[in-house]
Formats: sequence, structure tokens, C-alpha cells
Amino acid sequence: MKQPLVTVNKSVRKIDGLSMATGRAQYVDDVHVRGMLWAKLLASPHAHAKILDIDISQAQKIPGVVCILTHKDLPRVPHTTAGQGYPEPSPYDSYVLDKKVRFVGDRVAAVAAETRDAAERAVRAIKVTYEILTPVLDAEHAMDDDAPKIHDEEDSLRIADPEKNLAAEVGFSVGKNFFEDSDYIFDRTFVTQYAQHCPIEPHITMAWFDEQDRIVIRTSTQVPFHARRIVAQALRVPVKRVRVIKPRVGGGFGAKQEVLNEQIVAALALATHRPVKLEYTRAEETISARTRHPMIIHLRSGLKKDGTITDFDLDVISNTGAYGTHALTVGCNTGSKVLPLYRAKNVKFNMRAVYTNMPVGGAYRGYGATQGAFAMECLIDEMAERLAMDPLEFRKRNHIRLGESSPVFKALGEGREGVAQSIESCGLDQCIDLGAREIGWREKHGKPKGKGPIKRGVGVACLMQGSSIPGIDMGAATIKMNEDGSFNLLMGATDLGTGSDTVLAQIAAEVLGIRESDIVVYSSDTDMTPFDVGAYASSTTFLSGMAVKKAAEQARDQILHVAGKMLETDPADAILQDGMVVMANGRRLSLKEVALHSLYILDQFQIMGSSSHITHTSPPPFAAHFCEVEVDEETGQVTVLSYVAAVDCGTAINPRLAEGQTEGAVLNGISYALVEEICFDPKGRPRNATWQYYKIFNTQDAPPIKTILVPTWEPTGPYGAKSVSEISINGPMPCIANAIYDAIGIRLREAPFTAEKVLKALKLRARGRRME
Amino acid sequence: MKLEMKLNGKDVSFEIAGPELLLDLLRDNGYFGAKRGCDNGDCGSCAVQVDGKSICSCIYFAGQAHGREVTTIEGLGTMEHPHALQETFVECGAVQCGSCIPGMLLSAKELLDECPSPKDADIREALDGNLCRCTGYTKQFEAVKVAAKRIIEGKSKGRKPARGGKSR
Ligand code: FES
Ligand code: FES
Repeated sequence: MKQPLVTVNKSVRKIDGLSMATGRAQYVDDVHVRGMLWAKLLASPHAHAKILDIDISQAQKIPGVVCILTHKDLPRVPHTTAGQGYPEPSPYDSYVLDKKVRFVGDRVAAVAAETRDAAERAVRAIKVTYEILTPVLDAEHAMDDDAPKIHDEEDSLRIADPEKNLAAEVGFSVGKNFFEDSDYIFDRTFVTQYAQHCPIEPHITMAWFDEQDRIVIRTSTQVPFHARRIVAQALRVPVKRVRVIKPRVGGGFGAKQEVLNEQIVAALALATHRPVKLEYTRAEETISARTRHPMIIHLRSGLKKDGTITDFDLDVISNTGAYGTHALTVGCNTGSKVLPLYRAKNVKFNMRAVYTNMPVGGAYRGYGATQGAFAMECLIDEMAERLAMDPLEFRKRNHIRLGESSPVFKALGEGREGVAQSIESCGLDQCIDLGAREIGWREKHGKPKGKGPIKRGVGVACLMQGSSIPGIDMGAATIKMNEDGSFNLLMGATDLGTGSDTVLAQIAAEVLGIRESDIVVYSSDTDMTPFDVGAYASSTTFLSGMAVKKAAEQARDQILHVAGKMLETDPADAILQDGMVVMANGRRLSLKEVALHSLYILDQFQIMGSSSHITHTSPPPFAAHFCEVEVDEETGQVTVLSYVAAVDCGTAINPRLAEGQTEGAVLNGISYALVEEICFDPKGRPRNATWQYYKIFNTQDAPPIKTILVPTWEPTGPYGAKSVSEISINGPMPCIANAIYDAIGIRLREAPFTAEKVLKALKLRARGRRME
Repeated sequence: MKLEMKLNGKDVSFEIAGPELLLDLLRDNGYFGAKRGCDNGDCGSCAVQVDGKSICSCIYFAGQAHGREVTTIEGLGTMEHPHALQETFVECGAVQCGSCIPGMLLSAKELLDECPSPKDADIREALDGNLCRCTGYTKQFEAVKVAAKRIIEGKSKGRKPARGGKSR
């Protein structure tokens, strides 16, 4: 019997929302631990140097200093800080502390002291003798024969080619006779910049010992289970001696898919046997945490006069900075989440991730697809223009459709071969139609308007992402029933502010016929909750949601069994509704009665379900983004006037939260497209590490953003759901670039589109015209 | 030195050493609602009200609050009795990770105290010192407007919040 959805697809309130809005929610730093020491890391002032000597004698004399660790004090264990499943597809090229520094902001030593002030003074008093080496500050030349070697250590593992500063490389080719059937060939290069996630809560980690002398780590992470494993590995302690607790997290966006500081904080706790806390400053967060990999993307395509795309050849140089964390997989996604969107018989992809002496690339919402979509969607626009075809029409004609597959799915996975799949849900055409109507495409596109130097234009971009990593990601959940008919839901799935606790509670509530507020959610704690890979790869709703659904179904079956016995009725066609078991014959029992019976009266047992889920496909969500921009030809200033994101995420389990995911991603994307960039001086020192100089958009900068959710049904997801969190960050850069072209006829291929860049392009064009 | 102030309506006093910042003082004393996003006065996640005006407590000396009235998010409303803004922020989906929310709510409160029916531009201006990286601000604008309306209608007091907000 198919019941209509009661809790799922409803915009219920975020279950932890009010505790956040009243200041009750507890983040890492919102507890007092007695005797807590403050930790501080000494950051390298040099982009590339050998540490010849570290003199800590003066620093040790500072009152309140308890412990100073350098590379001499710690086991030298090559590992990766990438919070990925085992075995991680990232090279083992990091050490908790090393005798070499590879970027400005790399860690040299760690201090723990009684006060923050003492820790800061001690860090400044450490004297380091460096042998300064020539830095590599240009990704394009990182592979040159005469480039200095950044990872010349003997013991790192799985670096693609340390001699060439090549952290990772991947490629494939399907089809033959490239570019032979095409009437037009396009050949363009796109460049993206360094940008940081800017979670409002920076990285923060505490560690202490429990009464069993185990290390408890309370940390702001997206990957508690990977953190436990990697800390154990790096410090050579058994996994069983480590417990990782993830309380409320103040935003992550991928920055916290990194096991960044857990190792060093645990090392300080081990060395001092005291509780220790390390909180990054904003400047440390910008420079020393992780960034979005800057890329140089060379995209060639072939097109026939009839509008058929024949070829794609995508070549990517990704700058992974000093360490290769996520280097391979982010680069894979630049192809795998972008190339399948449009049909072409010949597809070639090559990605090289190179080391430089610059900040470290990492996981960042969109995960490489962001950069790839910029290139692809701008080129698609150019191809449509060549045929004098409406860009929407051109996209509709060429995009992947329901039931279709792409050879790219099989050819390219995350760090290894992918998984063949065909599209089982796709609302892209509807996204295009609804978004176009909302922005006024027909009236506005190709008819630039504006007064005087102020020009207006509209742009479009189409997108796809994935939903979890097939064959690799696993999520598990346990649900157990209490006396009052409420349930505890224990999950490894990691809510980092996205609302996944709510969404997953809604899924369980739907199965059990109760309200989501009758579910007490606990996530995540490696001692208390079952495993989950964590919050990344757009997996939580799709993957962990399925684990929750299965666990709840087990509990439901047990409830029906008990109720059947209690009422001496066959529970075959019974349903759970409004906290009641309703038998086919109309007899009813409350869940409370069932719970009490099962716990206390007869054949006592705990009604509970526990389940794991893996997936063999990664169904893409789709989206069509539109924007209208204004370009001031006198100043070069680009202003986004309005933005429309039409998104097919299957069933939106919680439409309001899905809209919120979309709007947040869009604004982050707009800010990235227009202003965000970490700038460097000639020695590789970042010049704008704080928000005074690294601009992120505020309420005055934000355009009106309209989200349109286009429902489809994904058969492999819980209640038809796919992912929603990442896809929409990929849209703004190409969408705005295309709108700028519509406004002023200039195609920008280097981001961000600052006033300076636009003005320079306008001047170049004016000079060119004068020359003609 | 002895610091006396009215904190969330109660007279309190603290012993302070000297150039202590208000954010540190509050957090050290268990008022965790104010968050530390940047410590530079750039993000507003540490905002509290001093005599009804939002300030960044990370760049405000605790001593400056002597003899003044300080309101933190804990003083705006509780889970049992939330302020209309706290309610509408949750209903409208304006809360994601929550880091920016306490500061943003206090800025919004200041706005509504001064301007009970703000226009879009007023809201944008009032909240422009509160950076949010999660939401794109759309739902927050909406939440402020809905709260303003509700306060004017005087319905927020004693009103039982509807489950799931409007869209349910
Ligand atoms: S923490 Fe005070 S303004 Fe950012
Ligand atoms: S809700 Fe996360 S920063 Fe605003």
C-alpha cells in the first residue's frame, strides 16, 4: 500500500535551528574543559625552505609555556590530511611536523601554554634557522626540468612523479579520429584563482584524556571517522584509543573534510597529558587551511553545422599547492562531473595536479566541477553563438537525457575507474524552461539594454554533479525505540550546518509514521554512532538517507510484529500513522503501548534497527542557472542584478532547506566569480589573509536569488531524492561570464571578473578597434 | 578592576585584568552565544548589543561596557520563549550552521527597534556587518520581514508556533 508522503517533501523546521538561534547550540568551543591549554602553531614565513635548526630555549622560558613540539619530537609518518576513505587516493606526502617547509603558512612547531598570550609569545620566541630554497610559484612551470623539487623527501608515498612536482595525473580517451568530422573547432583556455571556503567558524580542535586514558578529540570536522583513523595512523596509536566527537559545526564547505589539526592537537595532549585547544585565527584559516585548487583549463571542442557536438578534449593543470591532498580526486571531478552533461562521440581528458610552494588545495564544495563547469559552459555558449542558435536550444539539443549513459561515467571515477550508469531521473529541460521564464530570457537575451555606459545582459549555465561516490562511500545508522514512542537516531552522518540531521530525521519519521520532532538525533561520535564516511561528495541525503530508511524499516517491522501479537492480528497490511499502528481491520495501538510492551511486558527486547548502505550509482542532480548583470563600461564594475537557480534534486526531502543549500552555494559562487582571490607577493606571501582584504559578499552585495526546485523521482535514492548541496556553486562563474558577454560582447576566461579585468578587456578591445 | 554592567537584564560584576575584550569576558563566563569568526571586527559573529546598539565584542574592551546594558543572544529569547526573530529565522530556514545567527539576530533586533517596518534596503544595510557563508541571505531577509510583520500584529507573544512554518 503506497501512502502519501507526510513528513518527507515538507519544509519542517530545522530540528537544531532554535537552539542555534537562542545561542544554546554547542560548537567545539562552547564548553569549558578544566585545565585546558592553548595551542599555537609557528607558521613558516618562507615559501620553500629547509629547517636547519630550531632553538626553543628562549620560548621555553616564557611563563606559562608547557610544551613545544618540533619535528624531532614526533614519529615521522607519511600520511595525507585528506579526509577520504581508506586507502586514500591522495598521496602520503604530509608529516605532522617536518624538517622542510613548503609554503608560507606551513607549520614549523607547536606550542601549548596556559594562556593564549603565552602561546603566542612562545611561538614568536622560537628561533628557526632556515636554508631558503627557490620557490615554485607558477603552476604552469612547476613541471619544468629546472624547477626546484618540492617533495624531495625519500619516504613520501604514491606521489605520481616527485621529480616533476607532479602530485597526481589521470586521463582517458574514448572515441577515435578526433576532430575529423567537425565543421568548427574551438580551442580556449580558462584560468581560475585561489579562493578559500571562509566558514564563519574557523578550524578548531580540542583533545583531552578520558578516565580510561583514551584520547578524546572534540573537533569541527566533516569526517569524524576518517579523523579517528588518520590521527591513529599519524601518531601511531591504536584506533581504539581515539574517540572523535563532532558537535555542532560552524560551516565547512569542504574545508573540514580535512584532518588538518587533529593530529597536532592530539600530539600536544599526549605530550602534556593535559587538555589542549587549537583555534585557527582568520588569517591562519585563509592561508594555512585549505583552498580551492586554482586551475588552468584548456578545452577544445568540435562542432558540426547541424548542431551536433563531436568532440571534447579537456586538459587540466591543477595547482595543488604544497601538498597533494584531494589533488587526484578534485582533478577527476573536473572531468567526470562536467563532460557527461553533453553528448559527444569523442571525449578525451587529461589532468595533472602539480605541486607549488603555495597554499594547499583541498576539498571545496563543487570539488573540481566548479572549475570545469566554468570552461564548459562558456564554451557551450560560444558554440551556440557560432551556429547562431539560442544557447538554451543548443543545450537542450545536446545534453544527456533520461535513459542515456555517457562513456565518461565508466572511464573516470574518483581516483580510479568510474562506474557505468545511465540517467534515471532528469529534469534539466524543465529547469531550463522555468529558469528562462523567471529571468525573462526571451525578452532580454541577445538584446543588450542599458543606458550610456551601463550595459545589461543575461547569461545561462547548465550543471550536473553526483550523489556520493559509488562503490566506495558507506553510511550507517541505528535507530532505537523509547518508552514514549520516540526514537533515538544515531548516525555517523555529519551535519555541518546543512540540515542533514533534520533531513535524515524526516526520512526516519516518514517510515515510522511519526513527526521528526519525535526523533532524537545524535551525530556523530566515533564511540557512539555507527560509521559513516562523513559529509562530502554530496552523499548525506542520498547515501546516509538510505541507511536511515533501511534502519527505520527494520524498526517498523519489529513494531508491526509486536503489535500483531498484542492485538492477535496479522499485521500484514498494517500501517504506521500519526504515532499509531493501524491494522487492516481498523484496530489501533499507540507506539507508546508497543514500546512499553516490548520493553517490559512480554518477550522483552529492544525495538531497534541498524543498517548500512552503499551505492553503485551516483545519480546526478541537474540545474540550469540564469542571471542578469549590469556592466559599467566606465569603471568595469560588474553587478549581478538577479539570479535564478532551477534545480532538479529529485525529491527535495525538505524544500526550504534545499533552497537554502542552493542560495548559499549560489552566493558563494557569485562572490568567487567576481571578487574572491588570495593574492601573493613575489615571494609567495599571501597579501590578503583577513576579511578586511579578502572580500566575501555581504547583505548589500547579494543580489536577489530565486530558487526553483524541479521535482523528479530518483529510483535509487530515499523517497526519490538526489543531492543538492554542491551543484549550485558551479553555476555563477560561467553564468556571469556569459551574461557579461551578452552585455558588452567580451568573453572573460580568467576569473575573478574584477572591475580591473573588465576594464582592461574593454581597453584592449578599444585599442584593437582603433587599429582596424 | 571591577566591571559592573547589566547583562541580559541582570546586574552583574566581573573582576577584569585590564585590556580584556568583551567577547573573551563573555565566553569565559559561559555566554557562548557570541561567536569568534575573525577577531578583527570584520564578520559580526561576535556581535552583542551595548545600550541597544550592536557592536563587535571582539574589538570592544570589556571595560567600555562598564555601567552599560549588554544584551547577548541569550538575552533575546529562550528556546521556551523565543523572540519573534528567533522564531522566524527558524521557520524561514534562515539558520544553517548558525555561526552568524546570534550576531545577525541582534543586528536585526536593533533594526526593528528603530524601524518597525523596514524596507529591503533597510534590512540589507542593517545586516551588512554580519557575514554569512551558508545562506546567501535570502531567507534571512524574509525572516526579518516576517518577524517585523508579526511584531506589528502583536501576535508573536504567547502565540503557539505553527509546526513547520508557513509552507507546511
Ligand atoms: S569575530 Fe568579531 S567581527 Fe568577527
Ligand atoms: S548560517 Fe552559517 S554562516 Fe550563516
